[in-house]
Amino acid sequence: MKLELSKRSAPSIVMTYLSPLIGLSLALVAGAIMFMFLGKPPLQALYAYFIEPISELWSVHELLIKAAPLILMGAGLCVCYQSNNWNIGAEGQMIIGGMAGSALPVMFPEFSGPLVLPLMIVFGMLGGMLYAAIPALLKTRFKTNEILTSLMLVYVAQMILDWTVRGPWRNPEGLNFPETRRFDAFARIPEMLPADGRANFGFIIAIVVAILIWVLMSKTLKGFQVKVIGASPRAAKFAGFDAKHMVFFAFMLAGATAGLAGTIEVAGATGQLLPTISPGYGFTAIIVAFLGRLNPIGAIVAGLVLALTFLGGEAAQITIGVSDKAARVFQGLILFFVLACDTLILYRVRLIFGDKTAAKGAA
Amino acid sequence: MLSDGAVLLKLEGISKYYGSFKANDQISLEILPGEIHALLGENGAGKSTLVKMLYGSLQPDEGQIHWEGNAVNINNPAEARELGVGMVFQHFSLFNALTVAENVALALPPGKSLKQVSQELEEISSSYGLPLQANARIHDLSVGERQRVEIVRCLLQHPKLIILDEPTSVLTPQESEDLFKVLRRLSDEGKAILYISHKLSEVQSLCQEATILRHGQVVGECVPGDETPISLAKMMVGSDIHELSPREVAVAEGEVVLKVSNLTLDGETGFDTRLQNVSFTLHRGEISGVAGIAGNGQNELFDAISGERLSEPSAVEINGEPVGQKGILQRRQLGAMYISEERLGHAAVPEFSLSENVILTRHGIENNLSDGLFVSRKSARDVKDQIVEKFDVRKGTADPLAQSLSGGNLQKFVLGREVMGDADIIIVNQPTWGVDAGSAAHIRQTLVDLAETGAAILVISQDLDELFEVTDAIATLTEGQLSEFVPTRSTNRQQVGLQMTSDAH
Repeated sequence: MKLELSKRSAPSIVMTYLSPLIGLSLALVAGAIMFMFLGKPPLQALYAYFIEPISELWSVHELLIKAAPLILMGAGLCVCYQSNNWNIGAEGQMIIGGMAGSALPVMFPEFSGPLVLPLMIVFGMLGGMLYAAIPALLKTRFKTNEILTSLMLVYVAQMILDWTVRGPWRNPEGLNFPETRRFDAFARIPEMLPADGRANFGFIIAIVVAILIWVLMSKTLKGFQVKVIGASPRAAKFAGFDAKHMVFFAFMLAGATAGLAGTIEVAGATGQLLPTISPGYGFTAIIVAFLGRLNPIGAIVAGLVLALTFLGGEAAQITIGVSDKAARVFQGLILFFVLACDTLILYRVRLIFGDKTAAKGAA
Repeated sequence: MLSDGAVLLKLEGISKYYGSFKANDQISLEILPGEIHALLGENGAGKSTLVKMLYGSLQPDEGQIHWEGNAVNINNPAEARELGVGMVFQHFSLFNALTVAENVALALPPGKSLKQVSQELEEISSSYGLPLQANARIHDLSVGERQRVEIVRCLLQHPKLIILDEPTSVLTPQESEDLFKVLRRLSDEGKAILYISHKLSEVQSLCQEATILRHGQVVGECVPGDETPISLAKMMVGSDIHELSPREVAVAEGEVVLKVSNLTLDGETGFDTRLQNVSFTLHRGEISGVAGIAGNGQNELFDAISGERLSEPSAVEINGEPVGQKGILQRRQLGAMYISEERLGHAAVPEFSLSENVILTRHGIENNLSDGLFVSRKSARDVKDQIVEKFDVRKGTADPLAQSLSGGNLQKFVLGREVMGDADIIIVNQPTWGVDAGSAAHIRQTLVDLAETGAAILVISQDLDELFEVTDAIATLTEGQLSEFVPTRSTNRQQVGLQMTSDAH
């Protein structure tokens, strides 16, 4: 008996939409098995993780807060991955962007007015862009592997944030806690429906940006360039497209969305800079991009799904007594099974019994 | 071991499927010891698939292989070699950076020292008239010599059947003759030869029996000597081939539209060919041909003229304007169009649809397609429809992926895409490589028609027959140096073939 993969003549359209769902289902099954081994009732655990968090309105607000950075960075990373630029450093770009966005309220707290928030957003995007330009420069000048450089720069960014918050930017009225001053109202992103929950307009910004990136990718020449350069660098040269420019474009676009995400996190839900401002959103955004099939609209849905796992992780600590690290396991399982199920799009899977003369005819 | 008259290899009902596609469909044939047997068919007929099963790289889905009277399963190339099947591939499996001895030793079963291998290979190679130096590095060897390495590697394993896949596609006419002498000698020694080719004149002069494949099935068996090239072609293709209408054109008289002057370009990698002082002019209304075996600088020349590689500003001039430092997009905007050798991966993106591939090269020159910011996929589809209709591109669905088209149809599409809008200058590299005879004839007629309307065309091709059929002037590219263009009518294949041989060997 053997497992045979036969290549399809054209990618299956049905599977393009079905495979993420199959992947998700398999991840759920694997997760349930994991809970069994942990000694927790699997169905209850899955309920606590995925259903409970959306059963109450305030919790849905929390979902939107968590989804915003995931959607933003996921959409930006779609552009990177489609052009074969493997940006793994969105986490670091988010942190530096968040810091850049916080510079105004932290260093010039007297500066007030309606201009503050827009300026913070601009600085945040610029900070993320410039930080992302570093691996781009190294890749184009020295051919250094961007996976390594962008990843290592994450740790650098984390250390910079930690040092800055404990040192020069520490809240002078803060009783020596490692945190910056709290931002005033004009430096905060307003809440959408304050009566029901904490969700702020960051979510709307995220949706708008994702849609804009989708327009870029599907309707513009630039988006066409991204796809050509990613699919076939030689054909891109033949078309007159510059792959080096694209490295910068892709990285800096992703850096800008990451910086924006960082600023929204800090100016939205948190309201100040802390030694850590992200529970790994930048890495989860990678999963968001792939789960969304590298399509910015898909990233919106995927961002909500993965935000759910974060929420579930937090809630499950209390309801079933499982460490919130189980959430990270889920995210890994989702990525693993979704990528594995991608095989179904390009290949037909068959089980062959007996010798070769038995297997005959069209599949 | 085998009595005279007993069959060496017998294939019974061999089939191979890829999904619902039948690459080989109930193929049966017999080969006797010492027989030179041709396997004829167009590209895509299933010859390579069949032969891979004989060599153990693939397993048949149906049918049985009989070797020396016994039913066998050939599960991998090592088993094939043990049985006595040797194969010389069309695309050499040689490591450029290693020596001849090292490459040969890789294919042999372990146990012999490199020194032993070197000695043996030098003995065998010189005794067959294919002299080789064991410590020469592959990348220093000419293509003909590399093929010798493949053959000698095969001979060292004492095969009873030697399979050659399109061996003369990379040889000059003289080298082909030398190869035939070796093959005839091997046949006299009792070794059977399975000779895969689509070159009918060769098959006629060399082979004793022929099996003809079309669309994966055996459509005929014959003795090639009793047939004419036309009858063989008809069996291969299944219908009559369109004959090209001959042209009477004076050479080097039209207006100069493209001028290359003293183009010298270093290779980008260690294995590239350096172009040296290449100079020529292209005239309106004329088709100029550049002959040469692959690896003599054709791709480098193409890249330098297209703009993928930049050169001195005045090294390339389009309509008098120096464009050496201008990129491919700008050169297209000046009216020069390029059709590259590799359809999939260079001229077109395999995973993109035909309409998306239209945008690939026309985005800078057709205003409807893109205003610089947005692309209009609808316009792209319209252009695609025009191309498909005008150039008879056969395809499955309305806008299929480029990789799902057959070689011939994709080539027609790629050609059509470039010449749709009144191109002044057309540079094409290997216009009909890997293309079925029908599409090839169509493509050649298209080029001739374009020249009639005043385009200047440069055809770079390894197919001498094609060049003699289509061009008005011909030159050869050898080791990065271009000979003078001479009117095609004033020369012949032998003379050009002599020029294609490099001086160093």
